[in-house]
Amino acid sequence: MTLANVRAGRRRQAGVLPGFRLSMAITLTWLSVIVLIPLAALAIRPWELGLDGVWRTLTDERVVAAFRLSFGAAAVAAAADAVLGLIVAWAIVRYRFPGRRLLDALVDLPFALPTAVAGIALTAIYAPDGPLGALLAHVGVKTAYSPLGVVIALTFIGLPFVVRAVQPVLEEVDREVEEAARTLGASDYQRIVRVVLPAILPAILAGVGLAFARAVGEYGSVIFIAGNLPMVSEIAPLLIVIKLEQYNYAGAAAVGLGMLVISFAILLVLNLLQTWLTRRSRG
Amino acid sequence: MTDDTRHLSRRGLLAAATLAAPAALAGGSLAMAQGAPKPMTLLNVSYDPTRELYKEINAAYAKFWKDRTGQALTIQQSHGGSGKQARSVIDGLQADVVTLALAYDIDEIARKAKLLPANWQSRLPQNSTPYTSTIVLLVRKGNPWKIRDWGDLVKPGIEVITPNPKTSGGARWNYLAAWAWALKQPGGNPAKAEAFVKELFQHVPVLDTGARGSTTTFAQRGLGDVLLAWENEAYLSNEEFGPKFDIVYPSLSILAEPPVALVDKVVDRKKTRTIAEGYLNFLYSPLAQDLIGKHHYRPRNAQAAAKYAGKFRNIPLVTIDDTFGGWTRAQKTHFADGGVFDRIIRR
Repeated sequence: MTLANVRAGRRRQAGVLPGFRLSMAITLTWLSVIVLIPLAALAIRPWELGLDGVWRTLTDERVVAAFRLSFGAAAVAAAADAVLGLIVAWAIVRYRFPGRRLLDALVDLPFALPTAVAGIALTAIYAPDGPLGALLAHVGVKTAYSPLGVVIALTFIGLPFVVRAVQPVLEEVDREVEEAARTLGASDYQRIVRVVLPAILPAILAGVGLAFARAVGEYGSVIFIAGNLPMVSEIAPLLIVIKLEQYNYAGAAAVGLGMLVISFAILLVLNLLQTWLTRRSRG
Repeated sequence: MTDDTRHLSRRGLLAAATLAAPAALAGGSLAMAQGAPKPMTLLNVSYDPTRELYKEINAAYAKFWKDRTGQALTIQQSHGGSGKQARSVIDGLQADVVTLALAYDIDEIARKAKLLPANWQSRLPQNSTPYTSTIVLLVRKGNPWKIRDWGDLVKPGIEVITPNPKTSGGARWNYLAAWAWALKQPGGNPAKAEAFVKELFQHVPVLDTGARGSTTTFAQRGLGDVLLAWENEAYLSNEEFGPKFDIVYPSLSILAEPPVALVDKVVDRKKTRTIAEGYLNFLYSPLAQDLIGKHHYRPRNAQAAAKYAGKFRNIPLVTIDDTFGGWTRAQKTHFADGGVFDRIIRR
């Protein structure tokens, strides 16, 4: 999962799987069929509109608002997942309590649940007449049918990514190093910030990257809870669907391409940051 | 067949057809052994609120067909926002007949995919619309906000639920009905109508993508004070959720004509033309017309209309042709990218 492991692996001999050529050929073919060809189609389609048309589509007020919501909510959700996921992983790894295995299995549920089911369930709970929604409405917080609802749904679907990225690394963090730090007089705070966090930070970043990527593209669960008001709570993937239903295939592809480019840029930055952190913590 | 595999690989949507295929194969070999006619499958691609109606009509037609020809018939139905359904057919969903919320969506099938001729609407009686409907206001029991007409919807504090006109056929009828009302007020003109509809949409807290979604939001989630709804959907809400709502007929609404059409290219390929044509004609039969009235759509047939006359209030209804110059024009002016709707939702 972590780059650290990958790096260690690369330095070793090629490993048990023989045949560099065969495995490389399979990799390239597979990647082409599954990833590159569909993405290439997406990259070609919008130019029917001309450079000017693509620019006008992407700078349209409504598209910009949808981008802001999709990427903004995904970032907030990924940040929330970083904190929550770390706590959950910490609880599962460091403590022994009855029902720990159950909790461990529970974490994966957002992976397995059809997103539409998650969306409908979340909406039922957070709608103004739902149990939590009524309570929150009482104190004046509007959750379902607002951008906050979008963040809630995205946090829900992103949580397992962070937990599953952090958990194995946290398990491998040497408790003896922590104890050594204590005997050398490090405070609790210093032990966490200077010993534990540097070791797991790359894993947290990897999980956050995955949660963010998933959240940006999420459609099924968000659509029920968002309210879908143009300029307010309309996510970019919905805008793509709307454009398709207007038979505007090129426009839909343009928005899709825009999302792809922004996502790729963000993920690249996260990856570089992760590499740098890993190197620093080993150096 | 290549067409079929293409769309199967692209979308899991037509689970119905994949399920039906092996059944038809198995049934076919059995029927051949006995010398009975081969069982047939039709696919009716329809819009959101017609689930219950076509369920009954399909059963009635299957029985009618079996009695007449001895051939077993299964009619699959697919429902969703009208625009989405039309797009699925354009993209290769093998619909024998389409029964959509508005003529424009079938026009698009004719225009983009050329699956049926452009003059499809003149092939069946009454503009190919076996029933009509209209748009009404559904309010909570006792009408606490005293809503009587379109004008009341923009009072301070009122929340209005309607689907997104970009994706829902019903929502386009809602929008146009509101527009027509404002236009027909004393001193009304397009600028005033636009201002009214703009104000109306500022009272909308949630835009679902289809009519059924909006009904759920209003009836089940308890959101909003008024639901702009198909007349049949308004009656259905009271049946489904108990008498929790009152139906308010505004002073003026729109005559909604949801049309039906044969998809020529598909029925010729599947060799289902006779049976599909029979199905569409059956919609005009007294039996189907009675079912139409029962499901709260306004029947065309005089006898059925008389039977259900008590249910449907007689209010002035404008038509899309008189007031908006037909669907193609209405679509272009109001709902196309950069049209009036795009303009009014910018705040």
